Amino acid sequence: MSDHSTHAHGAHGHAHGHDDHGHGGHGHDAPGSHGSLKDYSIGFILSVILTAIPFWLVMAKVLPPATTGYVLLAFAAVQVVVHMIYFLHMNSTNEHGWSMMATIFTVIVLVIMMAGSIWVMYHMNANMMPGMQMDTDAVHGVHDMP
Amino acid sequence: MSEFTATNQADNVVGDSSRYYVTEHHPENGTLLGFWMYLMSDCLIFACLFATYAVLGRNYAGGPSGAELFELPTVALNTAFLLLSSITYGFAMLAAHKNVKSTTIIWLGITGIFGLCFLFLEIQEFVHLIHEGAGPQRSGFLTSFFALVGTHGLHVTFGVVWLVTLMFQVGKHGLTMENIRRLTCLSMFWHFLDVVWIGVFTFVYLMGTLP
Repeated sequence: MSDHSTHAHGAHGHAHGHDDHGHGGHGHDAPGSHGSLKDYSIGFILSVILTAIPFWLVMAKVLPPATTGYVLLAFAAVQVVVHMIYFLHMNSTNEHGWSMMATIFTVIVLVIMMAGSIWVMYHMNANMMPGMQMDTDAVHGVHDMP
Repeated sequence: MSEFTATNQADNVVGDSSRYYVTEHHPENGTLLGFWMYLMSDCLIFACLFATYAVLGRNYAGGPSGAELFELPTVALNTAFLLLSSITYGFAMLAAHKNVKSTTIIWLGITGIFGLCFLFLEIQEFVHLIHEGAGPQRSGFLTSFFALVGTHGLHVTFGVVWLVTLMFQVGKHGLTMENIRRLTCLSMFWHFLDVVWIGVFTFVYLMGTLP
């Protein structure tokens, strides 16, 4: 049993030694840490700021609604990146770049799907304007298709 | 290059069998990458639900709108719970890497409590909406709202179940390599859910409240 645990610990240490080279850019102190206290603190403070401002914008009605919408999306995009870097410890060398590849692929599919759906359905709505009843039917019908 | 060095060092530590080390080492990397793949496919599920909400989000069918239903202070509190749970999970991971079992379990427990607070508020909100007659069957907007937010809540629920399981695992077996790997997977899952929540509170709640 003790023998096994030594093996496990040996392998463990090395797995992390290897892993650490993945985020060398961050300057970690302890080998094997998947991010330092500093990383988490920076990420947390940035997230609090990036969350508080959108809530304040909406609750205090600072800007006109249309502008607020775009500003909110921009804040969300920045916060997602902050979370990816400081909490999920993403970078281009993780798993020899494969997690970055998977992420980029997902983002591409996601953008095509979101932009495509909104674009197509917006035009559908615009073209079906006259009959309100028909309009809702069309939305449901087409949405069920994929 | 570094892989080569690592294997050499492993020979020194493990001694006779580098094969043993190799079988130990690669599955771990494989697990983390595989789990990342799972998260990305999960991300696509959420993307579908977001797209549905984007299309149906303003189809009120004469029913209540987001501006009438959403209570932003509650949503802000919920967001705070998730954000706090993210950093406390980070502290748990730091403690785990420092090999301090008790601290790890305490931080995991705190994370779980924040997760439960989040779920409590969300379920309360759902019950409140359904009692007001604004259930998922009321309009296209509410169907897509319940589908999206409900799926996220379900993920958090399973995350909490997983977290409690790991607390017992760590308590019983200590911070072994396997448990560190499991903790790392849950860490990715938990932070990923926080990322999805950024989309939810921005796109559903905040933008839904805008006229």
